[in-house]
Formats: sequence, C-alpha cells, structure tokens
Amino acid sequence: MTTMLDNVSQAAVVPPPVARRRRPRLLQYNWLGGLAGWIWLFVVLLPIYWIVITSFKLQEDYYATNPLVPPSSPTLENYRFVLESDFVSYFINSVIVTVGAVGPAVLVSFMAAYAIVRGSAASRFLRGVNGLFLMGLAIPLQAVIIPIYLLIIKLQMYDTLGAIILPSLAFAIPLSVLVLSNFVRDVPKELFESMRMDGATEWGTLWRLAFPLTRPAIVTVLIYQGLTVWNGFILPLILTQSPEQRTLPLALWSFQGQYSVNIPAVLASVVLTTLPILTLYVLGRRQLLSGLTAGFGK
Amino acid sequence: MTIAPPAPKIAPPAANSGGRGGSVTWMAWPALVAFLTFGIVPLIGVLLLSFTSWNRLSTDIPFTGLDSWRSVLSDPGLPHALWVTFLIMALSWLFQTPISLLLGVFIAAHKRYRSVLAVLFFVPLLLSQAAISITFKALLDPNFGLGAGLGFEFLQQDWLGNSTLAMGVVVFVVSWQFIPFHTLIYQGGIRQIPASMYEAAQIDGAGRVRQFFSITLPQLKYTVITSSTLMVVGSLTFFDLIWVLTAGGPGDATRALAVDMYQRGFKADLMGPASAIAVILVLVGLALALGLRRLGGRDATASQLEGL
Repeated sequence: MTTMLDNVSQAAVVPPPVARRRRPRLLQYNWLGGLAGWIWLFVVLLPIYWIVITSFKLQEDYYATNPLVPPSSPTLENYRFVLESDFVSYFINSVIVTVGAVGPAVLVSFMAAYAIVRGSAASRFLRGVNGLFLMGLAIPLQAVIIPIYLLIIKLQMYDTLGAIILPSLAFAIPLSVLVLSNFVRDVPKELFESMRMDGATEWGTLWRLAFPLTRPAIVTVLIYQGLTVWNGFILPLILTQSPEQRTLPLALWSFQGQYSVNIPAVLASVVLTTLPILTLYVLGRRQLLSGLTAGFGK
Repeated sequence: MTIAPPAPKIAPPAANSGGRGGSVTWMAWPALVAFLTFGIVPLIGVLLLSFTSWNRLSTDIPFTGLDSWRSVLSDPGLPHALWVTFLIMALSWLFQTPISLLLGVFIAAHKRYRSVLAVLFFVPLLLSQAAISITFKALLDPNFGLGAGLGFEFLQQDWLGNSTLAMGVVVFVVSWQFIPFHTLIYQGGIRQIPASMYEAAQIDGAGRVRQFFSITLPQLKYTVITSSTLMVVGSLTFFDLIWVLTAGGPGDATRALAVDMYQRGFKADLMGPASAIAVILVLVGLALALGLRRLGGRDATASQLEGL
C-alpha cells in the first residue's frame, strides 16, 4: 500500500519541475474539470460560510431570518455562552491528550524507526518488529475498542485523561514508524559511517545525525497524528464519562445533545473547536497537507 | 527534544561494528511495548471475549464457548449491518472516485487554482467528524436549514428521517470530508506522469478525452488502487460520523458494522456478541485489503521490505 504511492505525496509537496513546466500550455483549458473544481469548492464553502454567519446570529433570528443571509446585527452572545459552558476546560483537556499522546508516540516511533533501519540487517528480532508494525497498520481502532475498555478498567484508569492518552499513543505508532523509517533510510550510509568513526554512540547518532536530517518528516508526522488525536471521538466516548474529562469533539456532541434547539450556540462551539486547527493550517499549510498524506510514502 | 547525552570520545570496540543490531535493539522496545499492550493484546483479547458473555458491568467474565457467535450469526441484524456497510462502501466509492479523479486532473494542471483556492478546498479534512456531522445535521433541517434558505423545494426534505435519504446523507457527508484528500492523492499521481507522454499523444492527434483514457488513467493504476483501498477499508470503520449524524437510524437504516458493535456492546451490554462483530470487522477489512492488493498485481509490503 505504501510503495505504490512512495512518490505521490512527495510530488504533492515538491513537484518535479521538469515534468510540469510545459503541460498547462500543452492542453487547452479543462472545462469539465474546471466546472467540477468550482462546483466542489462551492459545496465545500457553503456549509462553512453557513456555520460562521449563523454562529453570530441570535437564537430568535435563526428561526426568523433566511439561513444564508448574514445577521444584520452580529452578536457574540453565542460565543460567550459556549465559553461559559466549560469549553475552556475541554480545550485544555484536548491539549493535554493530544500533546500527551503524540509527543511520546513520535519519540518512541522515531527511536524504533532508527533501530529498524540501523539494525534490521543484523537482527532478525528487529525485522520481526518492523513486520509487526506493518501488520498493525491494518488493525482498526474501532475493532479492538472493547478489550481496550476492559484493559483500562483493569488498570483503574477509566474516566481519566490517561485512558484516552495511552491507546491514542499506541495507535499512532505503526504509521509513524513506517513514515519515519522511510526517511531515516534515506540518510546516506556514509554519514552513519563517519559518525561511527568519530566515536559517536548509536544514541548520539540518533540525535545528532538522524534527527536533524529527518526533522521535516518528524514535524509532518507530529501534525498528522496531532490532528487525528485532536479530532478523536470514540476513545473519549467509551473511556470517559464525567464532564470534567471531556475532550472537544465529545464536548461538542454532548453540547449539541443538550442545546439542540440553540443552533447558533452549537455552531459557535463548532467554530471554537475548529479554530485552533484552522490557525495552524493558515500558518503551516504546506506542512499540514503533506502531513495528511504522510501515510503514503514520503 | 534535545536530550542527547554527550557522545563518548572513545571509539566503540571494533566488534560493535559487526553486530550493530544489538546496540540499537533497545530503542525499538518502548514503541514495541506500547503497541503490544494496546494494539496486539486487544486484538487477541477481542477474539477471546467473543467466546464469553461478559455483560460489561460485572467483573466476572464467564466463558460460554460459541454462544455469542451462535447468537450473532443467527441474528438478522448481522446480514443487515453487513449490507449497510457494503452499501456505504460501494456508494461512497462510486461517488468519490470520479469526482476526485476529475478534480485531481484539474488541480494538477492549474497552478493558480491550486495555490489560491486549494487553501479552502482542504478545510474539510481538518474538521472532526463530530463537528462535520453536527453541522450537516443542522444544515439539513427541513424547516430552518439550507433548503429553506435557498428556497429549493427538493432540499426541504426530512433528510435524516427517511431511510433512503439518510443513507444518501451519510455517503454525501463522507464524500464531503474525503474528496479533497483523494483529490490530493490523484493530483500527486498525475503530476508524476511524464509530460513527454502527453506531447507524443498531442502530436499523434489525440484529444483531451482520449489522452485521459489512454495515458492518465492507465498511468494512475496504482494510485487508483491505493485511493480505493483507503476508501474501502476506511469505510468499514466509520463510526463517529454515523453515530453523531444518525445514530444508526432511522430505525436501523444506517446501522453499519461499527455502529452495530457499539450498540450491542455499550448500549445493550452484550460484550460477547459485540466482540464477535468486531472480529468480523477485522476479518472483512483484512480480506478487502488483501483482495485489493492482489488486484494491484504486486505485493506492496514485500517491496517495502526490500530496502532493509
């Protein structure tokens, strides 16, 4: 699954200049594609536009005015209401869970990727570990959620943020190892050799050679996994129950259940949960988009 | 993350260079332990639990042999859930693939569109399925939603109250989120095709449509297979989206395997049968992934390992 796309997402980030330069001239404008492009953009933007304008409407206006017309007197009332409904603490929970899961996951994955690339030739064990992670890519989280629930109960971690962190961490590992090992493998052998000649330990080589050279890949993996954990829903749903332990997607869902008639407030909560990601997206779009295709090569 | 200890100045013994495997093996352990505990152990666990009748609330997990399997396999709910899952899979593939391909071709050729509009184009990928589902739920409200706003009669329907329509909504919302992603994959694949192939076709007098079918599509074979594998295998695990959007309803119209498992396990407290469904989910996913890989005519994992 991975090799066939090895080059694809690379192209998404850095297009090969030679292959591209002349093609737009060569073909006349693709009307069908252009039409589809604009229509789909409209399909994507309409709901987003609607969320934003509605979140500034008063509840009474929502029922009384045309849904697509922006409010004549925008109000921040909904945002105030949402912020007063503990959204700040859900936000903090989400940050704790995301950082707590993704930081360690990428660290241990990087170490494992390094070990697999450097040691597999001599170690049957490491080849086995690599095979296990490749197989792990095929395990859907949903399918093993029941034993995870049991395990978390046995560990007496039910209804804690740790209960969300541990499985999220573990399930971020296979893909991270796969992507990072592809990158560590690209570090020229001579550099490893010269580090060894200089007397560096493997641990030193990991940090002083492999880490700087694979830093962009590490950032990409961090972003991709961060997004996955940030948006995670099933783990918090199953492994927590008290409102104090809610992360944003779950809080959004229960808020919607509780205030289903107050659509403007519900949509304000949608905007607020999405804002951090959108900010990141605006700041680092390239990195994020390559992050989204991280699983498919390098 | 700069916790690198200072490297010793003395070269390691020469023996170390031969068996390098030994000196790095420990670095794989933390990841291995974490994944074994929360990935592999639960995978074995779900199989074991499918032979029990754990009721979730008690600490006692009685072994009851094949009882759970018998009850699941004789329940008409299972073929229905399989059918719903298959329907969502097939329809979302049919809807997403042509559009993603078309958009991929367009975006690959038009840099301006890519750089300006693509910013907005990819936003759905960033949103959580919970947020997306909540938005569409409100947007599709027959009285106050989009239909009322645009004034189109056909949009003012009880989208989530009608079985057929609800299925359509699930497929559409899935596509709304993932078409940008598959477009990204396709445009990457398309940009790998050498321009010289198109030049040659141009000289031979092939038109745009002919070029698409004779060059673009055959060249994209592996991209199509990858994109399809992700769509098909991914659709097995749709839970957040369906749960928030329809909760499997109306009735059981959108009760796919993952939703069925959740309802049996965490709503009806029947963990044995729910585990059996989970095992089926894993097996179906594995069969589909292997089948699609065979379609590709080469073993991607094997070639992945060649570099070692």
